[in-house]
Amino acid sequence: MNQAWDTRRRRKEERLARIAGLVRDRRFEARDAVTVLQELIEPGDRLCLEGNNQKQADFLSRALASVDPARVHDLHLLISVIGRPEHIALFERGIASQVDFSYSGPQSLRLAQQVADGRVRVGAIHTYLELFARYFVDLTPDISLIAADEADADGNLYTGPNTEETPTIAEATAFRDGIVIAQVNRVVDRCTRVDIPGDWVDLVVVADKPYEIEPLFTRDPELIGDVQILMAMLVVRGIYERHRVQSLNHGIGFDTAAIELILPTYGERLGLRGEVCTHWVLNPHPTLIPAIESGWVRSVHCYGGELGMERYVAARPDVFFTGRDGSLRSNRAFCQAAGLYATDLFIGSTLQIDRDANSSTATLGRIAGFGGAPNLGSDPRGRRHSSTAWLEMTSSDEEIRRGRKIVVQLVETFQESGIPTFVERLDAVELGRSAGFPIAPVMIYGDDVTHVVTEEGIAYLYRARDIDERRAALAAIAGVTKIGLGADERRTQALRQAGIVAFPEDLGVRRNEANRTLLAARSVRDLVEWSGGLYDPPKRFRSW
Amino acid sequence: MIETLTYEFPANEGVRQRAHVGVVASGNCEILLEPAVDGRSAIVVRTSVSGFGGTWQAVLARFFARNPVAVQIEINDFGATPAVVSLRLEQALESAR
Repeated sequence: MNQAWDTRRRRKEERLARIAGLVRDRRFEARDAVTVLQELIEPGDRLCLEGNNQKQADFLSRALASVDPARVHDLHLLISVIGRPEHIALFERGIASQVDFSYSGPQSLRLAQQVADGRVRVGAIHTYLELFARYFVDLTPDISLIAADEADADGNLYTGPNTEETPTIAEATAFRDGIVIAQVNRVVDRCTRVDIPGDWVDLVVVADKPYEIEPLFTRDPELIGDVQILMAMLVVRGIYERHRVQSLNHGIGFDTAAIELILPTYGERLGLRGEVCTHWVLNPHPTLIPAIESGWVRSVHCYGGELGMERYVAARPDVFFTGRDGSLRSNRAFCQAAGLYATDLFIGSTLQIDRDANSSTATLGRIAGFGGAPNLGSDPRGRRHSSTAWLEMTSSDEEIRRGRKIVVQLVETFQESGIPTFVERLDAVELGRSAGFPIAPVMIYGDDVTHVVTEEGIAYLYRARDIDERRAALAAIAGVTKIGLGADERRTQALRQAGIVAFPEDLGVRRNEANRTLLAARSVRDLVEWSGGLYDPPKRFRSW
Repeated sequence: MIETLTYEFPANEGVRQRAHVGVVASGNCEILLEPAVDGRSAIVVRTSVSGFGGTWQAVLARFFARNPVAVQIEINDFGATPAVVSLRLEQALESAR
């Protein structure tokens, strides 16, 4: 029997042969981009588009949105972040009819409309690491469109601080005979640093303008209020100090920025420097600068870069992962793996929490996804190394026991405009049903959550003996939401006695101290000063 | 439109002095607290966000259940969340005691 075992490879060769006239030394011209994509891509292809939550292959996505849908249609789009208008145009024009993704923040409303109109079918909403994993199993791309800063004549790519997920996409595609197309800002004789070997790259095009990138992780300390500072104090005392948390991840937001900014003041006074918060998995948050400069931080590994932080990071190679060129080396897949297996704690916010501590940022009419939170906010059952914090999450003294990751949800009981955070039922349930998803889009499952922190106090859910006690502990800190008003005052007292609930006074946290004088930096300008002028904030964050 | 709400609660503890906390700013509130003379607490809320009388009632009832202090309170609210209001009340009380 004469079976062919190299059909993918031959198919790739045939496709590349179709555009041979437009390509020299792997390069084609920007003006030919639409033609090249039209010739290479076939209906039904799995196409991976680098649209991650920072760097965007926006030149290639614009070209893709301009192909003739009569020739290129019904693509299966793989994209970690649906972030740009032309991503939605792919569905509107019938170029793509199926999508697997992780996050769609800015386009969540339009995506929900496309799903409702039947123009696109959502395979699943993944967490990043899960989506990347599937690139190596059942969602291997036929074609990938990626972005880099530089390419050399051999197709080597340099991505600077924003390597993010480019190597992951390129590897999954290249080693199974898919076609990797890179848009670059410029072509050079010799790459500043090789982030993606040229062997993995089939085609290179110099984009009409440098790739889009967003400063997603910058939070202006000016906008941090006393309530956030109070909650930050609770976290530092009631969780970081108490459990001796050394390795951790902070989600994006003002709540966690407040924690970062009180480490050098409040944390210092508690004598915690060097004892807690030494190893970090997070993007180069500008609000972490004061803690780094005060000697709190031993290492930081990053998913991606952050605009304006380039020179600062390059000047702190003992702390950040940097290349021989001096600049940051980020990697979203490795960083998500690090956040899953190697950190003791995840802390982040959400829009809704139900009485079982299930949480979601999904709201009716929006299909937003969750990015890294489902991964980072979950207990890795495969973890086998132990630490003080991890072991504290178990009370077992059995011969064989396991610890647990600390997963903290940090929320105000109400959001601005009076919307309660604690709800009887997550909007995600109805959203999932109306969109026809097999499961409700839950961000973090309640059984993974060990602590919930509000302005009222901390619920140490991992200490609750049963579901009823868990619910009572959560209600005790849910304020005047419907869930919170259901709390029984006497039971709450008993839970405080038992150490399952703690109010600020139980932790020695004084509310009168919760004010902005506790912030090591009170403005972006202060952050620049802390950095010795190395941090160069984007224009929109400069008020001076 | 400014909405004015008034509340009363039974009280038995005294405070030493008056207190002023908070700021006049969007998403925030200002609280003036002073000792009451008649063993009751009286609260006047002036808020720029109408329709949240039930939430105010719940926040204040909870505060006075935990701290039965005889005080007169004036709150000027500019869309503060219940968290901000509760924190300001506790801060005012800490300063007044």
